[in-house]
Amino acid sequence: MNWRAASAGLALLAVTVGRVHAEPPDPVRRDYHLTARQIADGSYVVEGSTEDFSRANGGLMVNSAFIVTDEGVIVLDTGPSRLFGEQFRALIDRTSGGKPIVQVINSHLHPDHFLGNQAFAPETLSATSETIAGMSAAGEDFTTNMYRLLGNWMLDTEPVVPKTVLQAHTAVVGGHRLHYLTLAGHSDSDVALFDETTGVLYAADLVFHDRTPTTPHADIAPWLAALAALEALKFKVVVPGHGPVAQDAGPLHQTADWLRWLDGTLRQAARQGLSEAEVFRLPIPERFSALSLTRAEFERSVVHLYPALLRGQLQPSATKVE
Amino acid sequence: MGEKNVCCNSLSRFLPGWAVAVSVIWGLGTAHAGQADPLASVMWDSVHQEVLAGQPVVFDPAVRVITAARVENTMQVPIEVEVDDSVGPVSEIVVFADHNPIPRILTYRPLSARPRIGLSFKVQEATPIRAAARTADGVWHVGGQWADAAGGGCTTPSAGQRSRAWESHLNEATYHRWPRADGSERLQVSLVHPMDTGLAPGIPAFYLTRLVLRDQDGTPLAELLPAEPVAENPLFALDLRPARPGKTVWRLEGGDSDGNLVAASLPPSPQEGGQ
Repeated sequence: MNWRAASAGLALLAVTVGRVHAEPPDPVRRDYHLTARQIADGSYVVEGSTEDFSRANGGLMVNSAFIVTDEGVIVLDTGPSRLFGEQFRALIDRTSGGKPIVQVINSHLHPDHFLGNQAFAPETLSATSETIAGMSAAGEDFTTNMYRLLGNWMLDTEPVVPKTVLQAHTAVVGGHRLHYLTLAGHSDSDVALFDETTGVLYAADLVFHDRTPTTPHADIAPWLAALAALEALKFKVVVPGHGPVAQDAGPLHQTADWLRWLDGTLRQAARQGLSEAEVFRLPIPERFSALSLTRAEFERSVVHLYPALLRGQLQPSATKVE
Repeated sequence: MGEKNVCCNSLSRFLPGWAVAVSVIWGLGTAHAGQADPLASVMWDSVHQEVLAGQPVVFDPAVRVITAARVENTMQVPIEVEVDDSVGPVSEIVVFADHNPIPRILTYRPLSARPRIGLSFKVQEATPIRAAARTADGVWHVGGQWADAAGGGCTTPSAGQRSRAWESHLNEATYHRWPRADGSERLQVSLVHPMDTGLAPGIPAFYLTRLVLRDQDGTPLAELLPAEPVAENPLFALDLRPARPGKTVWRLEGGDSDGNLVAASLPPSPQEGGQ
Protein backbone atom coordinates (compact mmCIF):
# COMPACT_ATOMS: atom_id res chain seq x y z
CA MET A 1 0.00 0.00 0.00
CA ASN A 2 1.18 3.47 -0.78
CA TRP A 3 0.58 5.35 2.43
CA ARG A 4 3.28 7.97 1.92
CA ALA A 5 1.26 10.35 -0.16
CA ALA A 6 -1.65 9.88 2.14
CA SER A 7 0.37 10.50 5.26
CA ALA A 8 1.89 13.66 3.87
CA GLY A 9 -1.47 14.96 2.81
CA LEU A 10 -3.13 14.08 6.07
CA ALA A 11 -0.45 15.71 8.17
CA LEU A 12 -1.24 19.02 6.49
CA LEU A 13 -4.95 18.51 6.54
CA ALA A 14 -5.41 17.10 10.01
CA VAL A 15 -6.32 20.48 11.45
CA THR A 16 -9.17 20.88 9.01
CA VAL A 17 -10.83 17.58 9.89
CA GLY A 18 -13.46 18.33 12.46
CA ARG A 19 -16.71 20.17 12.44
CA VAL A 20 -16.87 23.27 10.27
CA HIS A 21 -20.06 25.25 10.41
CA ALA A 22 -20.63 26.63 6.98
CA GLU A 23 -23.32 29.17 6.22
CA PRO A 24 -26.68 27.37 6.40
CA PRO A 25 -28.86 26.83 3.31
CA ASP A 26 -30.97 29.85 2.30
CA PRO A 27 -34.53 28.76 1.43
CA VAL A 28 -35.44 32.19 0.05
CA ARG A 29 -32.57 32.40 -2.43
CA ARG A 30 -32.61 28.61 -2.83
CA ASP A 31 -28.88 28.57 -2.18
CA TYR A 32 -27.41 25.57 -0.37
CA HIS A 33 -24.19 27.54 0.35
CA LEU A 34 -22.18 24.43 -0.42
CA THR A 35 -18.54 24.34 0.58
CA ALA A 36 -16.01 21.64 -0.25
CA ARG A 37 -13.85 20.52 2.64
CA GLN A 38 -10.58 18.95 1.63
CA ILE A 39 -10.02 15.80 3.68
CA ALA A 40 -7.01 14.38 1.81
CA ASP A 41 -5.01 14.96 -1.35
CA GLY A 42 -7.54 15.83 -4.06
CA SER A 43 -10.35 14.56 -1.83
CA TYR A 44 -13.34 16.67 -0.84
CA VAL A 45 -16.55 16.35 1.13
CA VAL A 46 -19.69 18.47 1.15
CA GLU A 47 -20.90 17.81 4.65
CA GLY A 48 -24.58 18.06 5.55
CA SER A 49 -26.11 18.52 8.96
CA THR A 50 -27.30 15.69 11.20
CA GLU A 51 -30.89 16.95 11.02
CA ASP A 52 -33.88 15.39 9.33
CA PHE A 53 -35.14 16.59 5.95
CA SER A 54 -36.73 20.03 6.27
CA ARG A 55 -37.73 23.03 4.20
CA ALA A 56 -35.09 24.98 6.15
CA ASN A 57 -32.18 22.73 5.20
CA GLY A 58 -33.38 21.76 1.73
CA GLY A 59 -32.19 18.21 2.36
CA LEU A 60 -28.60 19.25 3.08
CA MET A 61 -28.36 16.58 5.76
CA VAL A 62 -26.37 14.11 3.70
CA ASN A 63 -22.68 13.94 2.78
CA SER A 64 -21.55 13.98 -0.84
CA ALA A 65 -17.93 13.64 -1.92
CA PHE A 66 -15.61 13.94 -4.90
CA ILE A 67 -12.06 12.95 -5.76
CA VAL A 68 -10.07 15.11 -8.19
CA THR A 69 -7.56 12.94 -10.05
CA ASP A 70 -5.27 13.51 -13.04
CA GLU A 71 -7.74 11.58 -15.19
CA GLY A 72 -10.79 13.47 -14.04
CA VAL A 73 -13.22 13.68 -11.17
CA ILE A 74 -15.07 10.85 -9.41
CA VAL A 75 -18.26 11.82 -7.58
CA LEU A 76 -19.92 9.87 -4.79
CA ASP A 77 -23.63 10.63 -4.39
CA THR A 78 -25.43 13.61 -5.89
CA GLY A 79 -27.69 14.84 -3.10
CA PRO A 80 -31.42 15.33 -2.57
CA SER A 81 -32.52 17.62 -5.42
CA ARG A 82 -31.77 18.89 -8.90
CA LEU A 83 -30.81 22.23 -7.35
CA PHE A 84 -28.34 20.55 -5.01
CA GLY A 85 -26.91 18.61 -7.94
CA GLU A 86 -26.41 21.81 -9.95
CA GLN A 87 -24.79 23.71 -7.09
CA PHE A 88 -22.67 20.66 -6.20
CA ARG A 89 -21.61 20.34 -9.85
CA ALA A 90 -20.61 24.02 -9.95
CA LEU A 91 -18.60 23.59 -6.76
CA ILE A 92 -16.82 20.54 -8.20
CA ASP A 93 -15.97 22.44 -11.41
CA ARG A 94 -14.61 25.42 -9.44
CA THR A 95 -12.57 23.18 -7.14
CA SER A 96 -11.14 20.97 -9.89
CA GLY A 97 -10.49 23.78 -12.35
CA GLY A 98 -13.03 22.32 -14.74
CA LYS A 99 -11.67 18.80 -15.03
CA PRO A 100 -14.04 16.34 -16.66
CA ILE A 101 -16.27 14.27 -14.39
CA VAL A 102 -15.51 10.69 -15.37
CA GLN A 103 -17.70 8.77 -12.94
CA VAL A 104 -20.67 9.46 -10.67
CA ILE A 105 -21.58 6.75 -8.15
CA ASN A 106 -24.97 6.49 -6.47
CA SER A 107 -24.16 4.51 -3.33
CA HIS A 108 -27.70 3.17 -2.84
CA LEU A 109 -31.34 3.70 -3.76
CA HIS A 110 -32.32 6.43 -1.29
CA PRO A 111 -33.40 9.75 -2.78
CA ASP A 112 -30.97 12.00 -0.87
CA HIS A 113 -28.16 10.18 -2.65
CA PHE A 114 -29.31 10.36 -6.25
CA LEU A 115 -31.87 13.10 -6.93
CA GLY A 116 -29.05 15.45 -7.96
CA ASN A 117 -28.28 13.15 -10.92
CA GLN A 118 -29.87 15.57 -13.43
CA ALA A 119 -26.83 17.86 -13.08
CA PHE A 120 -24.44 15.20 -14.38
CA ALA A 121 -23.95 13.63 -17.81
CA PRO A 122 -26.16 10.50 -17.98
CA GLU A 123 -23.34 8.30 -19.29
CA THR A 124 -21.24 9.01 -16.16
CA LEU A 125 -23.91 7.77 -13.72
CA SER A 126 -23.39 4.34 -12.18
CA ALA A 127 -24.91 2.13 -9.47
CA THR A 128 -25.24 -1.56 -8.71
CA SER A 129 -27.93 -3.55 -10.52
CA GLU A 130 -29.93 -3.88 -7.27
CA THR A 131 -29.79 -0.14 -6.71
CA ILE A 132 -30.78 0.56 -10.32
CA ALA A 133 -33.77 -1.75 -9.89
CA GLY A 134 -34.73 -0.11 -6.59
CA MET A 135 -34.48 3.41 -8.02
CA SER A 136 -36.51 2.38 -11.06
CA ALA A 137 -39.27 0.93 -8.90
CA ALA A 138 -39.45 3.63 -6.23
CA GLY A 139 -37.86 6.69 -7.82
CA GLU A 140 -41.12 8.47 -8.65
CA ASP A 141 -42.58 7.82 -5.21
CA PHE A 142 -39.37 8.93 -3.51
CA THR A 143 -39.41 12.13 -5.55
CA THR A 144 -43.05 12.86 -4.69
CA ASN A 145 -42.30 12.39 -1.02
CA MET A 146 -39.26 14.67 -1.22
CA TYR A 147 -41.35 17.42 -2.81
CA ARG A 148 -43.62 17.11 0.19
CA LEU A 149 -40.71 17.30 2.63
CA LEU A 150 -38.56 19.94 0.93
CA GLY A 151 -41.00 22.05 -1.07
CA ASN A 152 -39.43 24.60 -3.45
CA TRP A 153 -35.96 23.16 -3.10
CA MET A 154 -37.20 20.28 -5.27
CA LEU A 155 -38.26 22.43 -8.25
CA ASP A 156 -37.84 20.53 -11.55
CA THR A 157 -36.30 17.51 -9.83
CA GLU A 158 -36.88 14.22 -11.57
CA PRO A 159 -35.34 10.85 -10.81
CA VAL A 160 -32.60 9.89 -13.27
CA VAL A 161 -31.62 6.24 -12.98
CA PRO A 162 -28.05 5.27 -13.94
CA LYS A 163 -27.60 2.92 -16.89
CA THR A 164 -24.06 1.82 -16.07
CA VAL A 165 -23.96 -1.17 -13.73
CA LEU A 166 -21.33 -0.91 -11.04
CA GLN A 167 -19.71 -4.10 -9.79
CA ALA A 168 -17.17 -4.77 -7.06
CA HIS A 169 -13.69 -4.16 -8.44
CA THR A 170 -10.41 -2.35 -7.89
CA ALA A 171 -9.15 0.27 -10.34
CA VAL A 172 -6.40 2.85 -10.54
CA VAL A 173 -7.81 6.17 -11.68
CA GLY A 174 -5.46 9.13 -12.06
CA GLY A 175 -3.06 7.72 -9.49
CA HIS A 176 -5.76 6.78 -6.95
CA ARG A 177 -6.10 3.10 -6.24
CA LEU A 178 -9.82 2.69 -5.66
CA HIS A 179 -11.66 -0.29 -4.20
CA TYR A 180 -15.34 -0.35 -5.17
CA LEU A 181 -17.03 -2.43 -2.49
CA THR A 182 -20.54 -3.80 -2.95
CA LEU A 183 -22.04 -4.49 0.45
CA ALA A 184 -25.56 -4.51 1.90
CA GLY A 185 -27.50 -3.97 5.09
CA HIS A 186 -28.60 -0.35 5.10
CA SER A 187 -30.38 -1.29 1.88
CA ASP A 188 -30.34 -4.27 -0.49
CA SER A 189 -27.14 -2.91 -2.00
CA ASP A 190 -24.73 -0.34 -0.55
CA VAL A 191 -21.58 0.77 -2.32
CA ALA A 192 -18.60 1.93 -0.28
CA LEU A 193 -15.50 3.35 -1.92
CA PHE A 194 -12.07 2.92 -0.38
CA ASP A 195 -9.31 5.13 -1.78
CA GLU A 196 -6.23 3.18 -0.79
CA THR A 197 -3.96 5.97 -2.01
CA THR A 198 -5.33 8.60 0.37
CA GLY A 199 -6.65 6.22 3.01
CA VAL A 200 -10.13 7.71 2.76
CA LEU A 201 -13.13 5.40 3.17
CA TYR A 202 -16.34 6.75 1.64
CA ALA A 203 -18.80 4.60 3.58
CA ALA A 204 -22.07 6.21 2.45
CA ASP A 205 -25.05 5.14 4.57
CA LEU A 206 -23.40 2.03 5.94
CA VAL A 207 -21.96 4.49 8.47
CA PHE A 208 -23.84 7.19 10.39
CA HIS A 209 -22.04 9.52 12.79
CA ASP A 210 -23.78 11.35 15.65
CA ARG A 211 -26.99 10.77 13.71
CA THR A 212 -29.29 7.82 14.37
CA PRO A 213 -29.12 5.24 11.56
CA THR A 214 -32.25 4.92 9.41
CA THR A 215 -33.77 1.55 8.55
CA PRO A 216 -36.56 1.74 5.93
CA HIS A 217 -34.84 -0.91 3.81
CA ALA A 218 -32.41 -2.28 6.37
CA ASP A 219 -31.39 -5.80 7.27
CA ILE A 220 -29.33 -5.60 10.43
CA ALA A 221 -27.29 -8.83 10.19
CA PRO A 222 -25.68 -8.02 6.80
CA TRP A 223 -25.28 -4.40 7.89
CA LEU A 224 -23.18 -5.48 10.88
CA ALA A 225 -21.18 -7.78 8.60
CA ALA A 226 -20.58 -4.86 6.23
CA LEU A 227 -19.34 -2.67 9.10
CA ALA A 228 -16.90 -5.41 10.12
CA ALA A 229 -15.65 -5.61 6.54
CA LEU A 230 -15.16 -1.83 6.40
CA GLU A 231 -13.28 -1.74 9.68
CA ALA A 232 -10.82 -4.31 8.34
CA LEU A 233 -9.77 -1.80 5.67
CA LYS A 234 -7.51 0.20 8.05
CA PHE A 235 -8.64 3.51 6.61
CA LYS A 236 -7.31 6.83 7.90
CA VAL A 237 -10.39 8.96 7.31
CA VAL A 238 -14.00 7.84 7.11
CA VAL A 239 -16.72 9.81 5.35
CA PRO A 240 -20.09 8.70 6.77
CA GLY A 241 -23.29 9.03 4.73
CA HIS A 242 -24.65 11.30 7.44
CA GLY A 243 -22.69 13.13 10.12
CA PRO A 244 -19.17 14.50 10.51
CA VAL A 245 -16.05 13.07 8.88
CA ALA A 246 -13.82 11.20 11.33
CA GLN A 247 -10.26 9.93 11.52
CA ASP A 248 -10.95 6.74 13.39
CA ALA A 249 -13.43 3.88 13.47
CA GLY A 250 -15.61 5.65 16.05
CA PRO A 251 -18.53 6.20 13.68
CA LEU A 252 -18.44 2.53 12.62
CA HIS A 253 -18.56 1.43 16.25
CA GLN A 254 -21.33 3.92 17.00
CA THR A 255 -23.42 2.66 14.07
CA ALA A 256 -22.87 -0.99 15.05
CA ASP A 257 -23.64 -0.23 18.71
CA TRP A 258 -27.01 1.31 17.79
CA LEU A 259 -27.89 -1.50 15.40
CA ARG A 260 -27.06 -4.20 17.95
CA TRP A 261 -29.06 -2.41 20.64
CA LEU A 262 -31.99 -1.90 18.26
CA ASP A 263 -32.01 -5.52 17.13
CA GLY A 264 -31.69 -6.89 20.66
CA THR A 265 -34.37 -4.56 22.01
CA LEU A 266 -36.88 -5.43 19.30
CA ARG A 267 -36.27 -9.16 19.62
CA GLN A 268 -36.66 -9.01 23.38
CA ALA A 269 -39.90 -7.01 23.00
CA ALA A 270 -41.26 -9.57 20.54
CA ARG A 271 -40.50 -12.41 22.94
CA GLN A 272 -42.55 -10.51 25.56
CA GLY A 273 -45.48 -9.94 23.22
CA LEU A 274 -45.37 -6.14 23.31
CA SER A 275 -47.44 -4.21 20.78
CA GLU A 276 -45.75 -1.77 18.40
CA ALA A 277 -47.01 1.24 20.29
CA GLU A 278 -45.65 -0.21 23.55
CA VAL A 279 -42.26 -0.67 21.93
CA PHE A 280 -42.28 3.02 20.86
CA ARG A 281 -42.09 3.99 24.53
CA LEU A 282 -39.18 1.75 25.58
CA PRO A 283 -36.23 3.70 27.02
CA ILE A 284 -33.24 4.52 24.84
CA PRO A 285 -29.91 4.16 26.67
CA GLU A 286 -28.08 7.32 27.70
CA ARG A 287 -25.01 6.34 25.69
CA PHE A 288 -26.89 7.23 22.50
CA SER A 289 -27.54 10.81 23.61
CA ALA A 290 -24.83 12.07 21.23
CA LEU A 291 -26.92 10.87 18.28
CA SER A 292 -29.52 13.17 16.78
CA LEU A 293 -33.14 12.06 16.22
CA THR A 294 -32.92 8.89 18.34
CA ARG A 295 -36.57 8.81 19.43
CA ALA A 296 -37.98 9.60 15.99
CA GLU A 297 -35.72 7.09 14.23
CA PHE A 298 -36.36 4.45 16.87
CA GLU A 299 -40.10 4.81 16.24
CA ARG A 300 -39.53 4.52 12.50
CA SER A 301 -37.36 1.45 13.00
CA VAL A 302 -40.03 -0.18 15.17
CA VAL A 303 -42.47 0.23 12.29
CA HIS A 304 -39.92 -1.05 9.75
CA LEU A 305 -38.62 -4.04 11.66
CA TYR A 306 -40.89 -5.01 14.56
CA PRO A 307 -43.99 -6.49 12.86
CA ALA A 308 -42.02 -9.33 11.28
CA LEU A 309 -40.27 -10.10 14.57
CA LEU A 310 -43.56 -10.14 16.49
CA ARG A 311 -45.33 -12.28 13.91
CA GLY A 312 -42.37 -14.65 14.16
CA GLN A 313 -43.47 -15.36 17.74
CA LEU A 314 -46.95 -16.53 16.75
CA GLN A 315 -47.95 -20.14 16.26
CA PRO A 316 -50.90 -21.57 14.31
CA SER A 317 -54.10 -22.08 16.25
CA ALA A 318 -54.78 -25.68 17.18
CA THR A 319 -57.84 -26.14 15.01
CA LYS A 320 -59.83 -24.40 12.34
CA VAL A 321 -63.46 -25.33 11.97
CA GLU A 322 -65.20 -24.56 8.68
CA MET B 1 -41.68 17.49 7.11
CA GLY B 2 -44.81 18.96 5.59
CA GLU B 3 -46.78 21.95 6.84
CA LYS B 4 -49.55 19.70 8.03
CA ASN B 5 -47.15 17.74 10.11
CA VAL B 6 -45.63 20.82 11.70
CA CYS B 7 -49.14 21.90 12.56
CA CYS B 8 -49.94 18.51 14.02
CA ASN B 9 -46.80 18.35 16.09
CA SER B 10 -47.26 21.76 17.59
CA LEU B 11 -50.84 20.82 18.35
CA SER B 12 -49.96 17.58 20.05
CA ARG B 13 -47.40 19.40 22.16
CA PHE B 14 -50.20 21.51 23.59
CA LEU B 15 -52.65 18.66 23.82
CA PRO B 16 -52.19 17.56 27.44
CA GLY B 17 -52.89 21.05 28.81
CA TRP B 18 -55.79 21.55 26.43
CA ALA B 19 -57.31 18.20 27.13
CA VAL B 20 -57.08 18.59 30.87
CA ALA B 21 -58.71 22.01 30.76
CA VAL B 22 -61.48 20.83 28.47
CA SER B 23 -62.05 17.74 30.56
CA VAL B 24 -62.35 19.76 33.78
CA ILE B 25 -64.87 22.14 32.26
CA TRP B 26 -67.04 19.42 30.76
CA GLY B 27 -66.62 17.18 33.75
CA LEU B 28 -68.95 19.61 35.52
CA GLY B 29 -71.87 18.12 33.68
CA THR B 30 -72.10 20.32 30.63
CA ALA B 31 -71.17 17.56 28.18
CA HIS B 32 -73.19 17.90 24.99
CA ALA B 33 -72.72 17.95 21.24
CA GLY B 34 -71.01 20.92 19.60
CA GLN B 35 -68.12 21.37 22.06
CA ALA B 36 -64.76 22.59 20.85
CA ASP B 37 -62.48 19.73 19.87
CA PRO B 38 -58.96 19.77 21.36
CA LEU B 39 -57.62 18.32 18.11
CA ALA B 40 -59.29 21.16 16.18
CA SER B 41 -60.60 18.82 13.50
CA VAL B 42 -63.13 20.24 11.05
CA MET B 43 -64.66 16.76 10.95
CA TRP B 44 -65.35 16.44 14.67
CA ASP B 45 -69.05 17.34 14.61
CA SER B 46 -69.58 15.01 11.69
CA VAL B 47 -67.80 11.99 13.20
CA HIS B 48 -69.41 12.67 16.56
CA GLN B 49 -72.78 12.16 14.85
CA GLU B 50 -71.71 9.34 12.55
CA VAL B 51 -69.61 7.23 14.90
CA LEU B 52 -71.02 8.08 18.35
CA ALA B 53 -74.58 8.95 17.28
CA GLY B 54 -74.13 12.41 18.81
CA GLN B 55 -74.22 10.96 22.32
CA PRO B 56 -72.67 12.88 25.26
CA VAL B 57 -68.89 13.10 25.15
CA VAL B 58 -66.13 14.38 27.36
CA PHE B 59 -62.62 14.90 26.09
CA ASP B 60 -60.56 13.03 28.63
CA PRO B 61 -56.76 12.59 28.84
CA ALA B 62 -57.39 9.30 30.67
CA VAL B 63 -58.17 7.86 27.23
CA ARG B 64 -54.85 7.64 25.43
CA VAL B 65 -54.18 6.92 21.79
CA ILE B 66 -50.57 6.07 21.05
CA THR B 67 -49.27 5.96 17.51
CA ALA B 68 -46.15 6.98 15.63
CA ALA B 69 -45.70 10.70 15.10
CA ARG B 70 -45.04 9.95 11.45
CA VAL B 71 -46.83 7.25 9.54
CA GLU B 72 -44.35 5.12 7.62
CA ASN B 73 -46.77 2.74 5.99
CA THR B 74 -50.29 4.06 5.42
CA MET B 75 -51.61 0.49 5.08
CA GLN B 76 -50.29 -0.56 8.49
CA VAL B 77 -50.53 2.23 11.05
CA PRO B 78 -49.92 0.85 14.52
CA ILE B 79 -52.08 2.21 17.30
CA GLU B 80 -52.64 1.43 20.93
CA VAL B 81 -55.58 2.59 23.00
CA GLU B 82 -55.34 2.67 26.77
CA VAL B 83 -58.03 3.78 29.18
CA ASP B 84 -56.99 4.57 32.76
CA ASP B 85 -58.84 2.77 35.52
CA SER B 86 -59.76 6.21 36.90
CA VAL B 87 -62.44 6.41 34.21
CA GLY B 88 -64.34 3.52 35.81
CA PRO B 89 -65.67 0.39 34.12
CA VAL B 90 -65.71 0.69 30.32
CA SER B 91 -68.37 -1.16 28.35
CA GLU B 92 -67.19 -0.26 24.87
CA ILE B 93 -64.27 1.44 23.11
CA VAL B 94 -64.71 2.82 19.60
CA VAL B 95 -61.58 3.63 17.63
CA PHE B 96 -61.97 6.01 14.69
CA ALA B 97 -60.11 8.37 12.36
CA ASP B 98 -61.93 11.61 11.45
CA HIS B 99 -60.54 11.99 7.93
CA ASN B 100 -60.77 8.40 6.80
CA PRO B 101 -63.49 7.82 4.19
CA ILE B 102 -64.77 5.15 6.59
CA PRO B 103 -64.13 6.68 10.02
CA ARG B 104 -64.91 3.78 12.37
CA ILE B 105 -61.97 1.39 12.65
CA LEU B 106 -63.07 -0.95 15.39
CA THR B 107 -65.37 -1.35 18.36
CA TYR B 108 -63.96 -3.20 21.34
CA ARG B 109 -66.07 -4.59 24.18
CA PRO B 110 -63.50 -5.49 26.83
CA LEU B 111 -65.98 -7.37 29.07
CA SER B 112 -63.61 -8.62 31.79
CA ALA B 113 -60.47 -7.64 29.83
CA ARG B 114 -58.41 -4.53 30.48
CA PRO B 115 -59.70 -1.51 28.52
CA ARG B 116 -56.73 -1.56 26.24
CA ILE B 117 -56.14 -2.76 22.67
CA GLY B 118 -53.38 -2.66 20.07
CA LEU B 119 -53.95 -3.02 16.34
CA SER B 120 -52.96 -1.62 12.94
CA PHE B 121 -55.19 0.13 10.45
CA LYS B 122 -55.17 2.00 7.14
CA VAL B 123 -55.21 5.78 6.77
CA GLN B 124 -56.03 7.89 3.76
CA GLU B 125 -54.48 11.20 4.81
CA ALA B 126 -53.32 13.10 7.88
CA THR B 127 -56.06 12.64 10.45
CA PRO B 128 -56.97 12.75 14.11
CA ILE B 129 -57.02 9.21 15.46
CA ARG B 130 -59.38 8.86 18.39
CA ALA B 131 -60.73 6.41 20.90
CA ALA B 132 -64.01 6.85 22.71
CA ALA B 133 -64.61 4.78 25.85
CA ARG B 134 -68.18 4.52 27.13
CA THR B 135 -68.65 4.39 30.88
CA ALA B 136 -71.65 3.17 32.86
CA ASP B 137 -73.31 6.62 32.74
CA GLY B 138 -73.45 6.40 28.96
CA VAL B 139 -70.85 9.17 28.43
CA TRP B 140 -68.12 8.66 25.86
CA HIS B 141 -64.66 9.63 27.13
CA VAL B 142 -62.71 10.69 24.06
CA GLY B 143 -58.94 10.89 23.61
CA GLY B 144 -56.77 11.06 20.53
CA GLN B 145 -53.88 12.47 18.62
CA TRP B 146 -53.05 13.57 15.10
CA ALA B 147 -51.14 11.27 12.79
CA ASP B 148 -49.41 12.43 9.67
CA ALA B 149 -50.08 10.19 6.71
CA ALA B 150 -46.86 10.21 4.72
CA GLY B 151 -43.64 8.74 5.89
CA GLY B 152 -40.04 9.71 6.40
CA GLY B 153 -37.61 10.73 3.72
CA CYS B 154 -36.78 7.33 2.37
CA THR B 155 -40.23 5.85 2.67
CA THR B 156 -42.45 5.23 -0.30
CA PRO B 157 -46.22 5.31 -0.27
CA SER B 158 -47.45 1.82 0.23
CA ALA B 159 -49.82 -0.43 -1.63
CA GLY B 160 -51.71 -3.35 -0.25
CA GLN B 161 -50.52 -6.80 -1.11
CA ARG B 162 -51.99 -7.89 -4.40
CA SER B 163 -51.21 -11.50 -3.71
CA ARG B 164 -54.23 -13.76 -3.40
CA ALA B 165 -52.41 -16.17 -1.09
CA TRP B 166 -55.04 -15.45 1.57
CA GLU B 167 -57.70 -17.35 -0.35
CA SER B 168 -56.61 -20.79 0.82
CA HIS B 169 -55.95 -19.64 4.39
CA LEU B 170 -58.86 -17.26 4.98
CA ASN B 171 -59.68 -16.69 8.66
CA GLU B 172 -56.88 -18.94 9.89
CA ALA B 173 -55.44 -17.69 13.17
CA THR B 174 -51.91 -17.47 14.52
CA TYR B 175 -51.38 -16.35 18.09
CA HIS B 176 -49.34 -16.36 21.24
CA ARG B 177 -50.44 -16.01 24.87
CA TRP B 178 -48.29 -14.45 27.57
CA PRO B 179 -49.47 -14.78 31.21
CA ARG B 180 -48.51 -11.59 33.08
CA ALA B 181 -47.45 -11.16 36.68
CA ASP B 182 -50.60 -9.13 37.46
CA GLY B 183 -52.87 -12.07 36.63
CA SER B 184 -53.83 -10.80 33.20
CA GLU B 185 -52.85 -12.54 30.01
CA ARG B 186 -51.57 -10.83 26.86
CA LEU B 187 -52.88 -12.28 23.61
CA GLN B 188 -51.43 -11.39 20.23
CA VAL B 189 -53.70 -12.92 17.62
CA SER B 190 -53.63 -12.50 13.86
CA LEU B 191 -56.11 -13.66 11.23
CA VAL B 192 -55.56 -14.19 7.53
CA HIS B 193 -57.94 -11.73 5.89
CA PRO B 194 -57.59 -9.16 3.07
CA MET B 195 -59.80 -6.60 4.90
CA ASP B 196 -60.85 -4.95 1.63
CA THR B 197 -62.51 -1.59 2.19
CA GLY B 198 -64.58 -1.57 -0.98
CA LEU B 199 -62.97 1.77 -1.90
CA ALA B 200 -60.39 0.34 -4.32
CA PRO B 201 -61.80 0.11 -7.87
CA GLY B 202 -63.24 -3.30 -8.68
CA ILE B 203 -62.69 -4.81 -5.23
CA PRO B 204 -65.84 -5.10 -3.10
CA ALA B 205 -65.79 -4.58 0.64
CA PHE B 206 -64.75 -7.78 2.39
CA TYR B 207 -63.73 -7.61 6.01
CA LEU B 208 -63.98 -9.25 9.40
CA THR B 209 -67.04 -7.98 11.27
CA ARG B 210 -67.06 -9.81 14.59
CA LEU B 211 -64.69 -11.75 16.82
CA VAL B 212 -65.51 -13.17 20.24
CA LEU B 213 -62.89 -14.69 22.49
CA ARG B 214 -64.24 -17.29 24.91
CA ASP B 215 -62.71 -19.12 27.82
CA GLN B 216 -62.79 -22.91 27.92
CA ASP B 217 -66.16 -22.92 29.74
CA GLY B 218 -67.70 -20.63 27.14
CA THR B 219 -67.44 -17.43 29.18
CA PRO B 220 -66.82 -14.54 26.78
CA LEU B 221 -63.52 -12.79 27.59
CA ALA B 222 -63.73 -9.96 25.05
CA GLU B 223 -65.53 -9.01 21.84
CA LEU B 224 -64.25 -7.12 18.80
CA LEU B 225 -66.28 -5.56 15.98
CA PRO B 226 -63.73 -4.63 13.30
CA ALA B 227 -64.58 -2.36 10.37
CA GLU B 228 -63.08 -1.92 6.90
CA PRO B 229 -60.08 0.27 7.91
CA VAL B 230 -58.44 -2.45 10.03
CA ALA B 231 -55.20 -3.49 8.30
CA GLU B 232 -55.05 -6.65 6.22
CA ASN B 233 -54.11 -9.81 8.11
CA PRO B 234 -55.01 -7.96 11.29
CA LEU B 235 -53.02 -8.46 14.47
CA PHE B 236 -54.73 -7.61 17.76
CA ALA B 237 -53.05 -7.19 21.14
CA LEU B 238 -55.46 -7.81 24.02
CA ASP B 239 -55.02 -8.05 27.80
CA LEU B 240 -57.50 -10.61 29.05
CA ARG B 241 -58.46 -11.43 32.59
CA PRO B 242 -59.38 -15.12 32.49
CA ALA B 243 -60.30 -16.98 35.69
CA ARG B 244 -57.24 -19.22 35.38
CA PRO B 245 -54.51 -17.40 33.43
CA GLY B 246 -52.31 -19.59 31.26
CA LYS B 247 -54.30 -22.73 32.07
CA THR B 248 -57.37 -22.99 29.89
CA VAL B 249 -57.97 -23.41 26.16
CA TRP B 250 -59.58 -20.32 24.61
CA ARG B 251 -61.71 -20.19 21.49
CA LEU B 252 -61.87 -17.40 18.97
CA GLU B 253 -65.18 -17.28 17.08
CA GLY B 254 -66.65 -14.87 14.59
CA GLY B 255 -67.01 -14.11 10.94
CA ASP B 256 -66.61 -11.70 8.07
CA SER B 257 -68.89 -9.62 5.85
CA ASP B 258 -69.36 -12.54 3.43
CA GLY B 259 -70.44 -14.96 6.16
CA ASN B 260 -67.17 -16.89 6.35
CA LEU B 261 -66.67 -18.13 9.89
CA VAL B 262 -63.76 -17.84 12.26
CA ALA B 263 -63.35 -20.73 14.67
CA ALA B 264 -59.94 -21.22 16.22
CA SER B 265 -58.78 -22.99 19.32
CA LEU B 266 -56.07 -21.14 21.28
CA PRO B 267 -54.46 -23.38 23.89
CA PRO B 268 -51.92 -21.84 26.30
CA SER B 269 -48.62 -21.06 24.58
CA PRO B 270 -45.33 -22.62 25.62
CA GLN B 271 -43.53 -20.07 27.79
CA GLU B 272 -39.92 -19.20 27.21
CA GLY B 273 -37.74 -20.21 30.14
CA GLY B 274 -40.80 -21.20 32.17
CA GLN B 275 -41.78 -17.53 32.50
